[in-house]
Amino acid sequence: MTSRDADRPLLVAEGVSKWYGRQLGCRDVSFALHPGEVIAVVGESGSGKTTLLQLVASQLEPTSGRVLYCMRDGVTRDLASLGEAQRRFLNRTDWGYVHQDPACGLRMTVSAGANVGERLMALGERHYGRIRAAAGDWLGRVEIDQGRIDDAPLTYSGGMRQRLQIARNLVTRPRLVFMDEPTGGLDVSVQARLLDLLRGLVAELSLAAVIVTHDLAVARLLSHRTMVMKNGEVVEIGLTDQVLEDPREAYTQLLVSSILPP
Amino acid sequence: MPTVLELNGVSKTFTMHLQGGLRLPVVSGVAFAAAPGECVVLAGPSGAGKSSILKMIFGTYRCDAGQILVHRDDGAIDVAAAEPRQILALRRHCLGYVSQFLRAVPRVAAIDVVAEPLVAAGTSRESARQQAADLLTRLNIPQRLWPLPPATFSGGEQQRVNIARGFLSDLPILLLDEPTASLDAGNRAVVVDLVAEKKRRGTAVVAIVHDDDVRSAIADRLVDVTRFTAAA
Repeated sequence: MTSRDADRPLLVAEGVSKWYGRQLGCRDVSFALHPGEVIAVVGESGSGKTTLLQLVASQLEPTSGRVLYCMRDGVTRDLASLGEAQRRFLNRTDWGYVHQDPACGLRMTVSAGANVGERLMALGERHYGRIRAAAGDWLGRVEIDQGRIDDAPLTYSGGMRQRLQIARNLVTRPRLVFMDEPTGGLDVSVQARLLDLLRGLVAELSLAAVIVTHDLAVARLLSHRTMVMKNGEVVEIGLTDQVLEDPREAYTQLLVSSILPP
Repeated sequence: MPTVLELNGVSKTFTMHLQGGLRLPVVSGVAFAAAPGECVVLAGPSGAGKSSILKMIFGTYRCDAGQILVHRDDGAIDVAAAEPRQILALRRHCLGYVSQFLRAVPRVAAIDVVAEPLVAAGTSRESARQQAADLLTRLNIPQRLWPLPPATFSGGEQQRVNIARGFLSDLPILLLDEPTASLDAGNRAVVVDLVAEKKRRGTAVVAIVHDDDVRSAIADRLVDVTRFTAAA
């Protein structure tokens, strides 16, 4: 990657708003995400975090505003203008989407190996041995015993399922991963392991990521920048250590002061 | 003498919205500069705003007014007005910081905690680890601790891991917030040597040190922070 590519944003949200009828999802959100950059979106339930994630991941259509993405050919395009084939390409290869509930992102009754291999097959890989080797390699990288490759995720623990979902997403070497509360619903000890794993993978693969979380520790550990949302609007955005150590807005101060010391 | 770091009219006030908008002035009109190879020690009692000044230089605290200029070959960057991406790039290539306490990262080995900034700046992991090992050895961290996460280390051991992490990269500016506070005499002497080496290599050091011996050993100049302490 040349430095010029790194200077150009990968994803740009411009004045993005979403109304569900008369109910506000989020209003006038703008930000730019560069290659290899991780941004956390924090705020309480109902603040519009997940709506925003779905808008920038092209899963929802904005009521107004637009989302631009720099595709692998180097051309930045408005996501709304993409054809079905381009959108499918993004979803299957260049993007990952990690759901809070792994059951939403996995096929629970097929083997772990097939779950990971499926995205490679979508890219046209047909060689069974190579697919299985890549799946085994990725299970290892997310610390799943390769002896479990033929077991369905139904037989996995919650933490293993989440790690499998991550492997399934990363096997195609995406440049951007969307994560919706990736550690939600996991035990604290399992959370720590997952966070550490994510931290290592994000750095090693130079992944850009948008991570929605209500947990400021997740933001602190994983993100470069943090965006604070309340009632559908961005109240504060900045360097993560700055937002957490020198919060400017009343709501951010409330969030930060509500953390229990370990 | 050329300066590499220059503060002009720097001010900071905290507004505590949860305390009815209480305003806490910290410092105002902070002005000093540091040249390559020079160690400037910020002096003043606890609460004078010394750590806040270091945090503003590093970009962790916002700066309400004034300029914090980092001079580089390709021009100056004002940390007080810089974009987050510029600050992150400055931290990789210009600004080192040894905080008062090590922020422990779960499950990461001490040697990788130390090596990480070098790896992030582009050094190979193998080479970064070798340099980290050399520095941990100098700071008397026993080799058996290297593969362990520092969360369970003693206060002094954690501080030395933190020092190693901050000193490993050769950056033009190094900020030190009480690096010797929890160290014994032997390790304090090691830190004094390390600072002297940095100065010889042209690093500008801005330090907070309460220990008189360490201060007199490293300081080229004292900046009395009480001059800038904002009236409450």
